[in-house]
Amino acid sequence: MSALASVTQQQAREAAESMPIEAIDPANPDYFVDDTVGHYFARLRRDDPVHRSVSPIFGPYWSVTRYQDIMSVDTNHTVFSSSWQLGGITLTDAPEGEKLQMFIAMDPPVHDEQRKAVAPIVAPPNLATMEGLIRERTCAVLDAVPRNETFNWVDKVSIELTTLMLATLFDFPLEDRRLLTWWSDVATMNKAINPNALEPHERMAELGKMLEYFTRLWNERVNASPKTDLVSMLAHGPSTRNMSPLEYMGNLVLLIVGGNDTTRNSMTGGLLALHEHPDQWAKLRANPSLIPSLVPEIIRWQTPLAHMRRTAMADIELAGKPIRKGDKVAMWYLSGNRDGSAIDDADRFIIDRARPRQHLSFGFGIHRCVGNRLAELQLRILWEEILQRFETIEVVGPPVRVRSTFVRGFSSLPVRIPG
Amino acid sequence: MPRVTFITFAGERHHVTVPPGTTLMRAATDHGVPGIDGDCGGQCACATCHCFVEMPWAAQLGARSAREDDMLNFVVEPRPNSRLGCQVELTDALDGIVVSLPEGQH
Repeated sequence: MSALASVTQQQAREAAESMPIEAIDPANPDYFVDDTVGHYFARLRRDDPVHRSVSPIFGPYWSVTRYQDIMSVDTNHTVFSSSWQLGGITLTDAPEGEKLQMFIAMDPPVHDEQRKAVAPIVAPPNLATMEGLIRERTCAVLDAVPRNETFNWVDKVSIELTTLMLATLFDFPLEDRRLLTWWSDVATMNKAINPNALEPHERMAELGKMLEYFTRLWNERVNASPKTDLVSMLAHGPSTRNMSPLEYMGNLVLLIVGGNDTTRNSMTGGLLALHEHPDQWAKLRANPSLIPSLVPEIIRWQTPLAHMRRTAMADIELAGKPIRKGDKVAMWYLSGNRDGSAIDDADRFIIDRARPRQHLSFGFGIHRCVGNRLAELQLRILWEEILQRFETIEVVGPPVRVRSTFVRGFSSLPVRIPG
Repeated sequence: MPRVTFITFAGERHHVTVPPGTTLMRAATDHGVPGIDGDCGGQCACATCHCFVEMPWAAQLGARSAREDDMLNFVVEPRPNSRLGCQVELTDALDGIVVSLPEGQH
Protein backbone atom coordinates (compact mmCIF):
# COMPACT_ATOMS: atom_id res chain seq x y z
CA MET A 1 0.00 0.00 0.00
CA SER A 2 1.30 3.48 -0.81
CA ALA A 3 2.19 5.98 1.90
CA LEU A 4 -0.80 8.12 0.98
CA ALA A 5 -3.15 5.15 1.20
CA SER A 6 -1.76 4.26 4.64
CA VAL A 7 -2.38 7.80 5.87
CA THR A 8 -5.95 7.65 4.57
CA GLN A 9 -6.54 4.39 6.42
CA GLN A 10 -5.02 5.74 9.62
CA GLN A 11 -7.13 8.90 9.53
CA ALA A 12 -10.28 6.89 8.90
CA ARG A 13 -9.46 4.51 11.74
CA GLU A 14 -9.03 7.47 14.09
CA ALA A 15 -12.21 9.15 12.86
CA ALA A 16 -14.23 5.98 13.24
CA GLU A 17 -13.00 5.48 16.79
CA SER A 18 -13.48 9.05 17.97
CA MET A 19 -16.66 10.30 16.33
CA PRO A 20 -19.90 10.12 18.36
CA ILE A 21 -21.52 6.78 17.62
CA GLU A 22 -24.80 8.37 16.49
CA ALA A 23 -22.96 10.20 13.72
CA ILE A 24 -21.73 7.04 12.02
CA ASP A 25 -23.35 6.40 8.63
CA PRO A 26 -21.56 3.56 6.88
CA ALA A 27 -23.46 3.98 3.59
CA ASN A 28 -21.11 6.73 2.50
CA PRO A 29 -19.80 6.24 -1.03
CA ASP A 30 -16.52 7.99 -0.16
CA TYR A 31 -15.74 5.23 2.33
CA PHE A 32 -16.07 2.70 -0.47
CA VAL A 33 -13.93 4.57 -2.97
CA ASP A 34 -11.21 4.85 -0.32
CA ASP A 35 -11.91 1.41 1.12
CA THR A 36 -12.07 2.88 4.64
CA VAL A 37 -15.56 1.65 5.49
CA GLY A 38 -14.14 -1.31 7.43
CA HIS A 39 -13.07 0.97 10.29
CA TYR A 40 -16.63 2.23 10.74
CA PHE A 41 -17.97 -1.31 10.69
CA ALA A 42 -15.44 -2.37 13.33
CA ARG A 43 -16.65 0.42 15.62
CA LEU A 44 -20.31 -0.50 15.06
CA ARG A 45 -19.75 -4.22 15.61
CA ARG A 46 -18.15 -3.41 18.92
CA ASP A 47 -20.31 -0.52 20.18
CA ASP A 48 -23.65 -0.54 18.33
CA PRO A 49 -24.07 -3.64 16.21
CA VAL A 50 -27.63 -2.83 15.10
CA HIS A 51 -27.32 0.86 14.39
CA ARG A 52 -29.71 3.49 13.12
CA SER A 53 -28.48 6.19 10.75
CA VAL A 54 -30.16 8.88 8.75
CA SER A 55 -28.40 9.05 5.42
CA PRO A 56 -28.46 12.16 3.25
CA ILE A 57 -28.74 9.78 0.29
CA PHE A 58 -30.90 6.90 1.55
CA GLY A 59 -32.87 8.38 4.44
CA PRO A 60 -33.27 6.52 7.74
CA TYR A 61 -32.04 2.93 7.83
CA TRP A 62 -30.70 0.28 10.18
CA SER A 63 -27.24 -1.22 9.76
CA VAL A 64 -26.82 -4.83 10.85
CA THR A 65 -23.11 -5.42 11.28
CA ARG A 66 -22.52 -8.71 13.11
CA TYR A 67 -22.47 -12.08 11.37
CA GLN A 68 -25.08 -13.77 13.54
CA ASP A 69 -27.53 -10.85 13.45
CA ILE A 70 -27.18 -10.77 9.66
CA MET A 71 -27.90 -14.50 9.57
CA SER A 72 -31.05 -13.90 11.66
CA VAL A 73 -32.34 -11.28 9.26
CA ASP A 74 -31.38 -13.19 6.11
CA THR A 75 -33.18 -16.33 7.26
CA ASN A 76 -36.29 -14.52 8.50
CA HIS A 77 -38.01 -13.77 5.22
CA THR A 78 -41.42 -13.77 6.92
CA VAL A 79 -40.58 -10.53 8.74
CA PHE A 80 -37.89 -9.09 6.50
CA SER A 81 -39.19 -8.62 2.99
CA SER A 82 -37.16 -8.39 -0.19
CA SER A 83 -40.10 -7.13 -2.20
CA TRP A 84 -39.58 -4.48 -4.85
CA GLN A 85 -42.95 -3.12 -3.82
CA LEU A 86 -41.43 -1.99 -0.51
CA GLY A 87 -38.22 -0.72 -2.09
CA GLY A 88 -36.32 -3.86 -3.07
CA ILE A 89 -32.93 -5.18 -2.03
CA THR A 90 -30.65 -2.16 -2.11
CA LEU A 91 -30.56 0.88 0.13
CA THR A 92 -31.63 3.01 -2.81
CA ASP A 93 -35.37 3.00 -3.25
CA ALA A 94 -35.96 2.97 -6.98
CA PRO A 95 -38.55 5.55 -8.01
CA GLU A 96 -42.01 4.33 -9.05
CA GLY A 97 -42.13 2.85 -12.50
CA GLU A 98 -38.45 2.18 -12.38
CA LYS A 99 -38.63 -0.70 -10.00
CA LEU A 100 -37.28 -3.82 -11.65
CA GLN A 101 -39.34 -6.91 -10.95
CA MET A 102 -36.84 -9.68 -10.36
CA PHE A 103 -37.16 -12.68 -8.08
CA ILE A 104 -34.35 -11.50 -5.83
CA ALA A 105 -36.76 -8.66 -5.01
CA MET A 106 -39.79 -10.84 -4.41
CA ASP A 107 -41.11 -12.78 -1.47
CA PRO A 108 -42.64 -16.25 -1.49
CA PRO A 109 -44.69 -17.61 -3.17
CA VAL A 110 -43.83 -15.85 -6.46
CA HIS A 111 -40.11 -15.77 -5.61
CA ASP A 112 -40.06 -19.54 -5.14
CA GLU A 113 -41.64 -20.36 -8.51
CA GLN A 114 -39.26 -18.16 -10.43
CA ARG A 115 -36.14 -19.24 -8.61
CA LYS A 116 -36.95 -22.88 -9.18
CA ALA A 117 -37.31 -22.21 -12.91
CA VAL A 118 -33.81 -20.78 -13.13
CA ALA A 119 -31.97 -22.96 -10.62
CA PRO A 120 -31.51 -26.05 -12.83
CA ILE A 121 -29.16 -24.29 -15.23
CA VAL A 122 -26.62 -23.77 -12.46
CA ALA A 123 -27.13 -27.11 -10.77
CA PRO A 124 -24.21 -29.55 -10.54
CA PRO A 125 -24.95 -31.73 -13.59
CA ASN A 126 -25.14 -28.69 -15.85
CA LEU A 127 -21.99 -27.18 -14.34
CA ALA A 128 -20.10 -30.29 -15.37
CA THR A 129 -21.14 -29.74 -18.98
CA MET A 130 -20.02 -26.10 -18.86
CA GLU A 131 -16.60 -26.69 -17.38
CA GLY A 132 -14.89 -27.54 -20.65
CA LEU A 133 -16.09 -24.44 -22.44
CA ILE A 134 -15.27 -22.19 -19.47
CA ARG A 135 -11.73 -23.58 -19.38
CA GLU A 136 -11.28 -23.18 -23.13
CA ARG A 137 -12.33 -19.53 -22.98
CA THR A 138 -10.24 -18.85 -19.87
CA CYS A 139 -7.15 -20.26 -21.58
CA ALA A 140 -7.75 -18.15 -24.69
CA VAL A 141 -8.10 -14.95 -22.65
CA LEU A 142 -5.00 -15.64 -20.52
CA ASP A 143 -2.94 -16.59 -23.58
CA ALA A 144 -3.82 -13.25 -25.17
CA VAL A 145 -2.83 -10.90 -22.34
CA PRO A 146 0.07 -8.53 -23.01
CA ARG A 147 3.47 -9.44 -21.61
CA ASN A 148 6.06 -7.01 -20.28
CA GLU A 149 3.72 -4.08 -20.48
CA THR A 150 1.22 -2.52 -18.09
CA PHE A 151 -2.44 -3.27 -18.76
CA ASN A 152 -5.77 -3.08 -16.93
CA TRP A 153 -6.58 -6.51 -15.49
CA VAL A 154 -10.21 -5.48 -15.00
CA ASP A 155 -10.74 -4.87 -18.69
CA LYS A 156 -8.55 -7.50 -20.30
CA VAL A 157 -9.28 -10.38 -17.93
CA SER A 158 -12.07 -9.89 -15.37
CA ILE A 159 -14.63 -8.24 -17.65
CA GLU A 160 -13.65 -10.33 -20.66
CA LEU A 161 -13.99 -13.66 -18.86
CA THR A 162 -17.22 -12.94 -17.05
CA THR A 163 -18.80 -11.50 -20.19
CA LEU A 164 -17.88 -14.64 -22.11
CA MET A 165 -19.40 -16.70 -19.34
CA LEU A 166 -22.62 -14.73 -19.41
CA ALA A 167 -22.82 -14.95 -23.20
CA THR A 168 -22.46 -18.71 -22.82
CA LEU A 169 -25.23 -18.90 -20.23
CA PHE A 170 -27.65 -16.95 -22.44
CA ASP A 171 -26.35 -18.33 -25.72
CA PHE A 172 -25.95 -14.68 -26.58
CA PRO A 173 -24.28 -13.67 -29.88
CA LEU A 174 -20.58 -13.48 -28.99
CA GLU A 175 -19.89 -10.45 -31.17
CA ASP A 176 -22.37 -8.39 -29.08
CA ARG A 177 -21.26 -9.66 -25.69
CA ARG A 178 -19.98 -6.28 -24.45
CA LEU A 179 -23.63 -5.19 -24.43
CA LEU A 180 -24.06 -7.53 -21.46
CA THR A 181 -21.36 -5.63 -19.55
CA TRP A 182 -22.95 -2.32 -20.51
CA TRP A 183 -26.41 -3.40 -19.38
CA SER A 184 -25.04 -4.75 -16.13
CA ASP A 185 -23.40 -1.41 -15.44
CA VAL A 186 -26.56 0.47 -16.44
CA ALA A 187 -28.65 -1.65 -14.09
CA THR A 188 -26.49 -0.88 -11.07
CA MET A 189 -25.52 2.73 -11.70
CA ASN A 190 -27.02 5.19 -9.28
CA LYS A 191 -27.38 8.89 -10.09
CA ALA A 192 -27.72 9.76 -6.40
CA ILE A 193 -24.15 8.58 -5.82
CA ASN A 194 -22.38 8.76 -9.15
CA PRO A 195 -22.70 12.02 -11.06
CA ASN A 196 -21.62 10.27 -14.25
CA ALA A 197 -24.51 7.84 -14.11
CA LEU A 198 -27.31 8.04 -16.63
CA GLU A 199 -30.45 9.94 -15.66
CA PRO A 200 -33.14 7.55 -14.41
CA HIS A 201 -35.19 7.87 -17.60
CA GLU A 202 -32.08 7.28 -19.75
CA ARG A 203 -31.31 4.23 -17.66
CA MET A 204 -34.75 2.78 -18.23
CA ALA A 205 -34.46 3.55 -21.96
CA GLU A 206 -31.21 1.56 -22.14
CA LEU A 207 -32.79 -1.31 -20.22
CA GLY A 208 -35.66 -1.09 -22.71
CA LYS A 209 -33.19 -1.75 -25.53
CA MET A 210 -31.92 -4.75 -23.59
CA LEU A 211 -35.50 -6.00 -23.34
CA GLU A 212 -35.94 -5.59 -27.12
CA TYR A 213 -32.81 -7.60 -27.84
CA PHE A 214 -33.76 -10.39 -25.45
CA THR A 215 -37.34 -10.41 -26.70
CA ARG A 216 -35.93 -11.15 -30.13
CA LEU A 217 -33.97 -14.06 -28.65
CA TRP A 218 -37.06 -15.23 -26.76
CA ASN A 219 -39.14 -15.21 -29.95
CA GLU A 220 -36.50 -17.22 -31.76
CA ARG A 221 -36.33 -19.85 -29.03
CA VAL A 222 -39.86 -20.16 -27.71
CA ASN A 223 -40.98 -22.11 -30.77
CA ALA A 224 -37.82 -24.14 -31.05
CA SER A 225 -37.19 -27.22 -28.93
CA PRO A 226 -36.07 -26.46 -25.36
CA LYS A 227 -32.34 -26.00 -24.87
CA THR A 228 -30.15 -25.46 -21.81
CA ASP A 229 -29.47 -21.75 -22.21
CA LEU A 230 -31.17 -19.32 -19.83
CA VAL A 231 -33.43 -17.68 -22.44
CA SER A 232 -34.74 -21.03 -23.63
CA MET A 233 -35.29 -22.18 -20.05
CA LEU A 234 -37.27 -19.03 -19.22
CA ALA A 235 -39.26 -19.31 -22.48
CA HIS A 236 -40.20 -22.93 -21.83
CA GLY A 237 -40.46 -23.09 -18.03
CA PRO A 238 -44.09 -23.45 -16.87
CA SER A 239 -43.83 -20.67 -14.30
CA THR A 240 -41.85 -18.26 -16.44
CA ARG A 241 -43.14 -18.59 -19.98
CA ASN A 242 -46.08 -16.23 -19.30
CA MET A 243 -44.16 -13.58 -17.46
CA SER A 244 -44.81 -9.92 -18.28
CA PRO A 245 -42.18 -7.93 -20.22
CA LEU A 246 -41.31 -6.02 -17.03
CA GLU A 247 -40.81 -9.26 -15.12
CA TYR A 248 -38.72 -10.73 -17.95
CA MET A 249 -36.61 -7.57 -17.94
CA GLY A 250 -36.22 -7.72 -14.19
CA ASN A 251 -35.09 -11.34 -14.24
CA LEU A 252 -32.67 -10.69 -17.10
CA VAL A 253 -31.16 -7.84 -15.12
CA LEU A 254 -30.88 -10.11 -12.11
CA LEU A 255 -29.09 -12.82 -14.05
CA ILE A 256 -26.83 -10.38 -15.88
CA VAL A 257 -25.89 -8.42 -12.77
CA GLY A 258 -25.81 -11.40 -10.44
CA GLY A 259 -23.69 -13.37 -12.83
CA ASN A 260 -21.50 -10.59 -14.04
CA ASP A 261 -19.95 -7.88 -11.94
CA THR A 262 -19.84 -9.97 -8.82
CA THR A 263 -17.65 -12.62 -10.40
CA ARG A 264 -15.75 -9.90 -12.25
CA ASN A 265 -14.88 -8.13 -9.01
CA SER A 266 -13.86 -11.37 -7.32
CA MET A 267 -11.45 -12.06 -10.20
CA THR A 268 -9.83 -8.68 -9.66
CA GLY A 269 -10.09 -8.79 -5.88
CA GLY A 270 -8.39 -12.17 -5.69
CA LEU A 271 -5.38 -10.93 -7.61
CA LEU A 272 -5.12 -7.84 -5.42
CA ALA A 273 -5.45 -9.90 -2.24
CA LEU A 274 -2.67 -12.28 -3.26
CA HIS A 275 -0.50 -9.32 -4.21
CA GLU A 276 -1.08 -7.76 -0.79
CA HIS A 277 -0.38 -11.06 0.98
CA PRO A 278 2.75 -12.47 -0.64
CA ASP A 279 3.00 -15.22 1.97
CA GLN A 280 -0.36 -16.55 0.76
CA TRP A 281 0.76 -16.31 -2.87
CA ALA A 282 3.84 -18.36 -1.98
CA LYS A 283 1.69 -20.89 -0.15
CA LEU A 284 -0.56 -21.18 -3.20
CA ARG A 285 2.31 -21.60 -5.65
CA ALA A 286 3.79 -24.33 -3.48
CA ASN A 287 0.45 -26.11 -3.20
CA PRO A 288 -2.10 -25.63 -6.00
CA SER A 289 -4.41 -28.14 -4.33
CA LEU A 290 -5.37 -25.19 -2.08
CA ILE A 291 -7.35 -23.61 -4.92
CA PRO A 292 -10.71 -25.03 -3.68
CA SER A 293 -10.28 -23.19 -0.38
CA LEU A 294 -8.61 -20.14 -1.99
CA VAL A 295 -11.74 -19.47 -4.03
CA PRO A 296 -14.28 -19.04 -1.20
CA GLU A 297 -11.70 -17.02 0.76
CA ILE A 298 -11.40 -14.63 -2.19
CA ILE A 299 -15.18 -14.33 -2.27
CA ARG A 300 -15.25 -13.61 1.47
CA TRP A 301 -12.43 -11.12 1.25
CA GLN A 302 -13.89 -9.22 -1.68
CA THR A 303 -17.57 -9.41 -0.64
CA PRO A 304 -18.66 -8.28 -4.12
CA LEU A 305 -22.02 -7.04 -2.84
CA ALA A 306 -21.40 -5.08 0.32
CA HIS A 307 -24.97 -5.17 1.56
CA MET A 308 -28.41 -6.49 0.90
CA ARG A 309 -31.42 -4.51 2.09
CA ARG A 310 -34.68 -5.71 3.56
CA THR A 311 -37.87 -3.94 4.69
CA ALA A 312 -39.49 -4.92 7.98
CA MET A 313 -43.07 -6.11 7.60
CA ALA A 314 -43.69 -6.15 11.37
CA ASP A 315 -42.19 -4.67 14.51
CA ILE A 316 -39.35 -6.86 15.74
CA GLU A 317 -36.55 -6.57 18.25
CA LEU A 318 -33.04 -7.23 16.93
CA ALA A 319 -30.04 -7.15 19.29
CA GLY A 320 -32.18 -5.16 21.68
CA LYS A 321 -33.14 -2.55 19.10
CA PRO A 322 -36.77 -1.85 18.12
CA ILE A 323 -37.12 -2.33 14.38
CA ARG A 324 -40.48 -0.90 13.29
CA LYS A 325 -42.69 -2.10 10.50
CA GLY A 326 -41.66 -0.29 7.34
CA ASP A 327 -38.06 0.30 8.44
CA LYS A 328 -35.26 -0.17 5.95
CA VAL A 329 -32.63 -2.67 7.16
CA ALA A 330 -29.18 -3.15 5.60
CA MET A 331 -27.40 -6.45 6.15
CA TRP A 332 -23.76 -5.44 5.75
CA TYR A 333 -22.21 -8.63 4.43
CA LEU A 334 -18.93 -6.75 4.22
CA SER A 335 -19.03 -6.21 7.97
CA GLY A 336 -20.24 -9.69 8.89
CA ASN A 337 -17.41 -11.15 6.83
CA ARG A 338 -14.92 -9.43 9.17
CA ASP A 339 -16.71 -10.41 12.39
CA GLY A 340 -14.12 -12.09 14.56
CA SER A 341 -16.79 -13.57 16.82
CA ALA A 342 -18.01 -15.73 13.91
CA ILE A 343 -14.97 -16.16 11.68
CA ASP A 344 -11.52 -16.97 13.04
CA ASP A 345 -8.91 -14.35 12.14
CA ALA A 346 -11.59 -12.58 10.12
CA ASP A 347 -9.28 -9.67 9.35
CA ARG A 348 -6.71 -11.88 7.68
CA PHE A 349 -6.63 -13.29 4.16
CA ILE A 350 -5.94 -16.99 4.71
CA ILE A 351 -6.20 -19.32 1.74
CA ASP A 352 -6.41 -22.58 3.68
CA ARG A 353 -9.06 -21.91 6.30
CA ALA A 354 -10.97 -24.76 7.88
CA ARG A 355 -14.47 -23.62 6.93
CA PRO A 356 -13.92 -21.28 3.99
CA ARG A 357 -17.52 -21.27 2.73
CA GLN A 358 -19.03 -19.94 5.94
CA HIS A 359 -18.86 -16.34 4.65
CA LEU A 360 -21.87 -14.14 3.97
CA SER A 361 -21.04 -13.02 0.44
CA PHE A 362 -23.67 -15.24 -1.18
CA GLY A 363 -26.19 -14.54 1.56
CA PHE A 364 -28.12 -17.25 3.40
CA GLY A 365 -31.72 -18.38 3.45
CA ILE A 366 -34.11 -18.67 0.55
CA HIS A 367 -32.39 -15.91 -1.45
CA ARG A 368 -28.92 -17.38 -1.19
CA CYS A 369 -27.12 -16.81 -4.47
CA VAL A 370 -28.41 -19.40 -6.89
CA GLY A 371 -25.24 -19.14 -9.01
CA ASN A 372 -22.79 -19.60 -6.17
CA ARG A 373 -21.25 -22.85 -7.42
CA LEU A 374 -20.93 -21.45 -10.94
CA ALA A 375 -19.09 -18.43 -9.55
CA GLU A 376 -16.73 -20.72 -7.66
CA LEU A 377 -16.21 -22.85 -10.76
CA GLN A 378 -15.14 -19.86 -12.84
CA LEU A 379 -12.72 -18.68 -10.19
CA ARG A 380 -11.28 -22.15 -9.66
CA ILE A 381 -10.57 -22.54 -13.37
CA LEU A 382 -9.07 -19.05 -13.55
CA TRP A 383 -6.57 -19.78 -10.77
CA GLU A 384 -5.74 -23.24 -12.10
CA GLU A 385 -4.85 -21.73 -15.46
CA ILE A 386 -3.01 -18.72 -13.98
CA LEU A 387 -0.78 -20.98 -11.90
CA GLN A 388 0.12 -22.98 -14.95
CA ARG A 389 1.11 -19.93 -16.98
CA PHE A 390 2.49 -17.08 -14.90
CA GLU A 391 5.20 -17.19 -12.31
CA THR A 392 4.18 -13.76 -11.16
CA ILE A 393 1.61 -11.06 -11.88
CA GLU A 394 2.85 -7.68 -10.68
CA VAL A 395 0.32 -5.15 -9.52
CA VAL A 396 2.04 -1.92 -10.54
CA GLY A 397 -0.39 0.70 -9.31
CA PRO A 398 -3.30 1.25 -6.94
CA PRO A 399 -6.76 -0.06 -7.78
CA VAL A 400 -9.55 2.34 -8.68
CA ARG A 401 -12.68 1.36 -6.80
CA VAL A 402 -16.25 1.72 -8.00
CA ARG A 403 -18.25 4.50 -6.34
CA SER A 404 -21.07 2.47 -4.81
CA THR A 405 -22.27 1.33 -1.39
CA PHE A 406 -23.72 -1.80 -2.97
CA VAL A 407 -21.26 -3.12 -5.54
CA ARG A 408 -17.78 -3.53 -4.08
CA GLY A 409 -15.66 -3.49 -7.15
CA PHE A 410 -12.92 -2.10 -9.32
CA SER A 411 -12.81 -0.21 -12.56
CA SER A 412 -9.09 -0.57 -12.89
CA LEU A 413 -6.12 -2.55 -11.59
CA PRO A 414 -2.87 -1.93 -13.46
CA VAL A 415 -0.74 -5.05 -13.76
CA ARG A 416 2.31 -6.26 -15.60
CA ILE A 417 3.23 -9.83 -16.39
CA PRO A 418 6.91 -10.43 -17.08
CA GLY A 419 7.95 -12.89 -19.72
CA MET B 1 -22.43 -44.86 19.50
CA PRO B 2 -24.59 -44.63 16.39
CA ARG B 3 -23.14 -45.83 13.12
CA VAL B 4 -24.05 -44.16 9.83
CA THR B 5 -23.59 -45.46 6.29
CA PHE B 6 -23.40 -42.72 3.65
CA ILE B 7 -23.85 -43.80 0.04
CA THR B 8 -22.53 -41.28 -2.47
CA PHE B 9 -24.25 -40.63 -5.80
CA ALA B 10 -21.62 -42.81 -7.45
CA GLY B 11 -22.46 -45.67 -5.08
CA GLU B 12 -19.45 -45.54 -2.74
CA ARG B 13 -20.23 -46.45 0.85
CA HIS B 14 -18.68 -44.58 3.76
CA HIS B 15 -19.12 -45.89 7.31
CA VAL B 16 -18.86 -43.48 10.20
CA THR B 17 -19.39 -43.85 13.96
CA VAL B 18 -20.16 -40.70 15.94
CA PRO B 19 -21.24 -39.66 19.44
CA PRO B 20 -24.99 -39.32 20.01
CA GLY B 21 -26.16 -35.77 19.32
CA THR B 22 -23.95 -35.37 16.25
CA THR B 23 -25.90 -34.19 13.22
CA LEU B 24 -25.80 -36.12 9.94
CA MET B 25 -24.11 -33.10 8.40
CA ARG B 26 -21.27 -33.07 10.92
CA ALA B 27 -20.96 -36.85 10.76
CA ALA B 28 -20.17 -36.39 7.07
CA THR B 29 -18.06 -33.24 7.13
CA ASP B 30 -16.03 -34.23 10.19
CA HIS B 31 -15.07 -37.49 8.52
CA GLY B 32 -14.34 -36.26 5.01
CA VAL B 33 -17.36 -37.95 3.44
CA PRO B 34 -17.72 -36.35 -0.02
CA GLY B 35 -21.10 -35.09 -1.22
CA ILE B 36 -22.30 -33.06 1.78
CA ASP B 37 -21.04 -29.49 2.06
CA GLY B 38 -22.79 -27.66 4.92
CA ASP B 39 -21.73 -24.18 3.88
CA CYS B 40 -23.64 -22.36 6.62
CA GLY B 41 -22.11 -24.47 9.37
CA GLY B 42 -25.40 -26.12 10.33
CA GLN B 43 -27.85 -23.25 10.72
CA CYS B 44 -30.47 -24.54 8.24
CA ALA B 45 -29.63 -21.64 5.97
CA CYS B 46 -28.05 -23.00 2.79
CA ALA B 47 -29.47 -26.45 1.87
CA THR B 48 -26.04 -27.82 0.92
CA CYS B 49 -26.34 -30.69 3.38
CA HIS B 50 -29.24 -32.21 1.46
CA CYS B 51 -29.51 -36.00 1.83
CA PHE B 52 -32.00 -38.84 1.48
CA VAL B 53 -32.66 -40.85 4.64
CA GLU B 54 -33.53 -44.45 3.80
CA MET B 55 -36.29 -46.48 5.41
CA PRO B 56 -36.97 -47.54 8.09
CA TRP B 57 -34.94 -44.76 9.72
CA ALA B 58 -36.71 -42.00 7.77
CA ALA B 59 -39.93 -42.80 9.62
CA GLN B 60 -38.22 -42.57 12.99
CA LEU B 61 -37.08 -39.00 12.60
CA GLY B 62 -38.93 -35.98 13.99
CA ALA B 63 -40.91 -33.91 11.52
CA ARG B 64 -39.18 -31.28 9.43
CA SER B 65 -39.41 -27.73 10.74
CA ALA B 66 -40.95 -24.98 8.61
CA ARG B 67 -37.48 -23.53 8.11
CA GLU B 68 -36.12 -26.87 6.91
CA ASP B 69 -39.05 -27.15 4.50
CA ASP B 70 -38.42 -23.63 3.20
CA MET B 71 -34.84 -24.51 2.34
CA LEU B 72 -35.56 -27.99 0.97
CA ASN B 73 -38.00 -26.34 -1.39
CA PHE B 74 -35.05 -25.29 -3.53
CA VAL B 75 -32.91 -28.38 -3.80
CA VAL B 76 -32.62 -29.66 -7.34
CA GLU B 77 -33.99 -33.12 -6.70
CA PRO B 78 -36.37 -33.15 -3.72
CA ARG B 79 -37.73 -36.53 -2.68
CA PRO B 80 -40.22 -37.50 0.07
CA ASN B 81 -37.31 -38.69 2.21
CA SER B 82 -35.22 -35.55 1.67
CA ARG B 83 -33.77 -34.00 4.81
CA LEU B 84 -31.19 -31.37 5.61
CA GLY B 85 -28.42 -33.23 7.38
CA CYS B 86 -27.85 -30.41 9.85
CA GLN B 87 -31.39 -30.90 11.19
CA VAL B 88 -31.08 -34.61 11.95
CA GLU B 89 -29.41 -35.52 15.23
CA LEU B 90 -28.10 -39.04 15.56
CA THR B 91 -29.14 -41.15 18.53
CA ASP B 92 -28.48 -44.74 19.54
CA ALA B 93 -32.00 -45.53 18.30
CA LEU B 94 -30.85 -44.55 14.80
CA ASP B 95 -27.84 -46.86 14.88
CA GLY B 96 -27.19 -48.31 11.42
CA ILE B 97 -28.93 -45.47 9.58
CA VAL B 98 -28.33 -45.41 5.84
CA VAL B 99 -28.23 -42.05 4.06
CA SER B 100 -27.94 -41.52 0.30
CA LEU B 101 -26.43 -38.37 -1.15
CA PRO B 102 -27.63 -36.34 -4.15
CA GLU B 103 -25.60 -35.73 -7.30
CA GLY B 104 -24.44 -32.36 -6.01
CA GLN B 105 -25.05 -29.56 -3.55
CA HIS B 106 -25.51 -25.91 -4.48
